[in-house]
Amino acid sequence: MSRGRMLAYPAIAWLLFFFLAPLVIVLFMSFLQRGTYGQIIYQFTVDNYIRFFEPLYLQILGDTLFMALLTTIICFLLGYPIAYQIARLQRNWQTLMLLLVMVPFWINFLIRSYAWVIILRSQGMVNTFLLDLGLIEQPLNLLYNFGAVLLGMVYGHLPFMILPIYVSLEQLDRRMIEAAYDLGATPIKTFFYVTLPQTLPGIIAGSILVFVSSLGMFVIPDIMGGAKSALIGNLIQNQFLSARDWPFGSALSIMLAILSLILIFLYYKALQAQQGKEDSR
Amino acid sequence: MKAMIELQNVEKEFNGQLVIPPFSLTINEGEFFTLLGPSGCGKTTLMRMIAGLEIPTRGEILLAGSPVSKLPPYKRDVNMVFQQYALFPHMNVEENICFGLKMKKVPLHEQQKRAEEVMALTELTEYRYRQPKELSGGQQQRVAIARAIVNNPKVLLLDEPLGALDYQLRKHLQLELKKLQKDLGLTFLYVTHDQEEAITMSDRIAVMNKGHLEQMGTAHEIYHEPKTRFVATFIGENNILCQGDYCYALRPEKVNLHDPAIALEKTSTYRLYAGVVENVVFQGTIDKVFVRLREKDFDLPVLMAYQYFDDKRRWRPGEEILVGWEGPDAVKVES
Ligand SMILES: Nc1ncnc2c1ncn2[C@@H]1O[C@H](COP(=O)(O)OP(=O)(O)O)[C@@H](O)[C@H]1O
Ligand SMILES: [Mg+2]
Repeated sequence: MSRGRMLAYPAIAWLLFFFLAPLVIVLFMSFLQRGTYGQIIYQFTVDNYIRFFEPLYLQILGDTLFMALLTTIICFLLGYPIAYQIARLQRNWQTLMLLLVMVPFWINFLIRSYAWVIILRSQGMVNTFLLDLGLIEQPLNLLYNFGAVLLGMVYGHLPFMILPIYVSLEQLDRRMIEAAYDLGATPIKTFFYVTLPQTLPGIIAGSILVFVSSLGMFVIPDIMGGAKSALIGNLIQNQFLSARDWPFGSALSIMLAILSLILIFLYYKALQAQQGKEDSR
Repeated sequence: MKAMIELQNVEKEFNGQLVIPPFSLTINEGEFFTLLGPSGCGKTTLMRMIAGLEIPTRGEILLAGSPVSKLPPYKRDVNMVFQQYALFPHMNVEENICFGLKMKKVPLHEQQKRAEEVMALTELTEYRYRQPKELSGGQQQRVAIARAIVNNPKVLLLDEPLGALDYQLRKHLQLELKKLQKDLGLTFLYVTHDQEEAITMSDRIAVMNKGHLEQMGTAHEIYHEPKTRFVATFIGENNILCQGDYCYALRPEKVNLHDPAIALEKTSTYRLYAGVVENVVFQGTIDKVFVRLREKDFDLPVLMAYQYFDDKRRWRPGEEILVGWEGPDAVKVES
């Protein structure tokens, strides 16, 4: 056995422990009960899971799924053209643009969300600007509504869509496009019949990334949606921080994790089907 | 004869660098025309300009008499078989073949009928539902050809279509392609760097070097009457004999080997030189015999000739020898 592998074991053990341990604790917690004062009672129950199916929570789940779906669709519609344009640039410009796409990741997400608040609030940049121009009389309500949350969600997740699509466009053989032109396909037809189908893996990967991470998002609705709009993420956050119902919060987390895993699994299935179609049997 | 493709002083620059100097050429209807030249000489570039994938810097291209330089590739009635086939990996064989018809909105039953015909012609019917990745190189190559000819193009452009295949298959497909072209009466513009391939298949050949045309003619002309030293050495084997400013190309098969001990009857045009056998290289049905000439008339110290497997006299290194040829067999070439 190589020395390198020996050295890797402690690292693997370390990662496994710190990845699995919290998960096991959360799973364990989700089958416990909450005491009157928020303390944990060590008694087995599945009530936390059953409670999840109350209409109130199902409604929140529905809202969350809807928001995640909408975010994914908008990210795709915006992200694809952006990725497409980047992939068409010269090499050094491509690198620069990709860097610009990733730069926001270097700044804390919380701070970036507050930046949006500063831009959109009633005395914010947009409203001040429009008022000064005399285009509006009263400040617009740009914050604390559905649109603001959607904007924040799209803003936060767009890079997750752009990057995988860019990669698949980058891998696309230029001669496929030329062959399509040669066979009489206009640029638009070439896009729909050749480019889009061949970048499907990138689209699927980007969509899964955006969708799954939208499902768990709580910062954006919290800051840009005010108290009104709650998604699953906020519900979980509340169970741990304000309601002090850790077992229920844990159960919700587990449900969310399972949902995400199912989606990722479906993604792999879809990808395998795609590759199975291309690879030889 | 009707001109199908005319290039009129077509030029191409890449980033200010001239890759194709003014180039003119006429290809006739129904002709198997080959562009032959070493790699990097601009064959692909020339072909891509005809297909519309590259825009000439200057000059005009006529397709069946009408100028096409300003037309995008999808409006030109030519089809190309790409060097690496460029089949669509997300479509099966039949879908690949129907793609061009579908783009031109040919009715579905017509699409099917023509696809059937072409698949039968290229022996692909049994593979119609396979993905390109499930096919061998030769089969992929046939799909690429089927995908192009199903559109009934005015000209089929083939860019080294057999380059990626092994020798046996290449030989076989050369004959098949030639037959296909004859049967369909299509105009073929064929690109290759393989002189043997060009000679076997073409009606006419244009030999290219560094972007310009060296010589154009039938395979026979190109082989037997090379005009330039480049053509003489690029196609087949040649001895280049230079005397002062004049150079002659002499095919090794035109060189006769004589035993100095045996008296010879010479015609007036027969040239005879004395030498020593320097080396004999076994090549199968022939041996290459390298003879060092005694006289220093030519600035070519060693002459190549062939001895055939059934020759009675077997030459060995070190032996005294006479080499001779008919004067006209040495063809004058520009150096
Ligand atoms: N897109 C391009 N940009 C710059 N140079 C190119 C481009 N395409 C071809 N060339 C150059 O043009 C010359 C001819 O290339 P090509 O037509 O591919 O030759 P061939 O097909 O005969 O091998 C080469 O020197 C090549 O480097
Ligand atoms: Mg080439």
